[in-house]
Amino acid sequence: MEGGVVLLDFWPSMFGMRVRIALAEKEIKYEYIEQDLRNKSDLLLQMNPVHKKIPVLVHNGKPICESLVQVQYIDEVWKNQAPLLPADPYKRATARFWADFVDKKMYDSGSRVWKTKGEEQEAAKKEFIGNLKLLEGELGDNLYFGGDGFGYVDVALVPFYCWFYAYEQCGNFSIEAECPKLIAWAKRCMQKESVAKSLADPEKVYGFLLQLKKAYGIE
Amino acid sequence: MADEVKLFGMWASPYSRRVQLALKLKGIPYEYIEEDLSNKSSLLLKYNPVHQKIPVLVHNGKPIAESLVILEYIDETWRNNPVLLPQDPFERSMARFWAKFIDEKILITARKVSFNTGKEQEQAIEELTEQLKLLENELKGKPYFAGEAIGYLDIVVANFLVFWFRNLQEALGINMFTQEKFPIIFEWIKKLIKINVVEECRIPKERHLIYIRTRLEALKSASK
Repeated sequence: MEGGVVLLDFWPSMFGMRVRIALAEKEIKYEYIEQDLRNKSDLLLQMNPVHKKIPVLVHNGKPICESLVQVQYIDEVWKNQAPLLPADPYKRATARFWADFVDKKMYDSGSRVWKTKGEEQEAAKKEFIGNLKLLEGELGDNLYFGGDGFGYVDVALVPFYCWFYAYEQCGNFSIEAECPKLIAWAKRCMQKESVAKSLADPEKVYGFLLQLKKAYGIE
Repeated sequence: MADEVKLFGMWASPYSRRVQLALKLKGIPYEYIEEDLSNKSSLLLKYNPVHQKIPVLVHNGKPIAESLVILEYIDETWRNNPVLLPQDPFERSMARFWAKFIDEKILITARKVSFNTGKEQEQAIEELTEQLKLLENELKGKPYFAGEAIGYLDIVVANFLVFWFRNLQEALGINMFTQEKFPIIFEWIKKLIKINVVEECRIPKERHLIYIRTRLEALKSASK
């Protein structure tokens, strides 16, 4: 598979969505190949032998793995359009720090919200909201993270927005009530075509999550 | 205005040591502040309120946290040789991928090896061996992870492989990380030790052994 851009992905993956957004921002044409994660393709195993995970970005036949690594790669190769990371080294470091925070905290704390019940779930919800509030604090009064325009941290975080409805249903809570500024930011991002067409439908995500819960044996 | 660079670190932390190594390689003068992690300074908490961890680099009063973020900041701010990250975007993505692998897999599994015993430790040792072999593959056909000269990925893993892990396995009485099992990594270690600044970042062995043993004892009595 020489030449061109290929994305091996799975439709509800927040990590895959990051790459879809970056590719859309840069107006890069690519081939999207949906993966069945219960029955991993030879192609996926060949392109990501270390982790065997999606997303995998393949450019000119060479695979790049890990979503934030992929987003930075896209930003560096297609550097003349819609820059995602700022030019200033300190602002770049700040952006990388917060994207790393999203990576370290959001997926795990969100997962605990739907995987647990009772007291454990209350603790998970508290932690999840706590992380969102920290992010909200970092956003401040800016339209987007970093204050310069839609960029790296926005790309790293906004895919989780389409999972919020599912988390809210499972946890019986309202994220908007706790973090109104963050929801306002997410809705602002959704007005961008690159985001709107990259995120999955929240109802479909919830349906998928219900299937997952069944598979995990969680009520 | 002269640059003011401060590093809040901890002598036994491989994350802290990797930032030290990068600063020394670039010849950047800095003030080192040792943190007592059982009694974190108010300055550290002010500079890294989110994670409250070391290392933190403070450049002209502005803090940067997370060692891999710090390394890229150093490389982008002080553009003199050695340039740490490769120029080519694909090579850069490979370096970042393996740095993540080191931090999210190798270093985490090493911790599992130290905090477990019996069957769990055996499993962790097997897992770590596999992960180190994957990393070793990246050294094939080149003197350093970065190619012809020491670079980003070498810095990310230098202290861990050259000093930290070998001290750990001695303290634990295990012998999984050997020249026989990892000939290519050990060749690389021989090269690294010859570099002055790598040697300057050596974790003092005897002190480290006592530190590890004390921590393991504390854990054992806490779990009783």
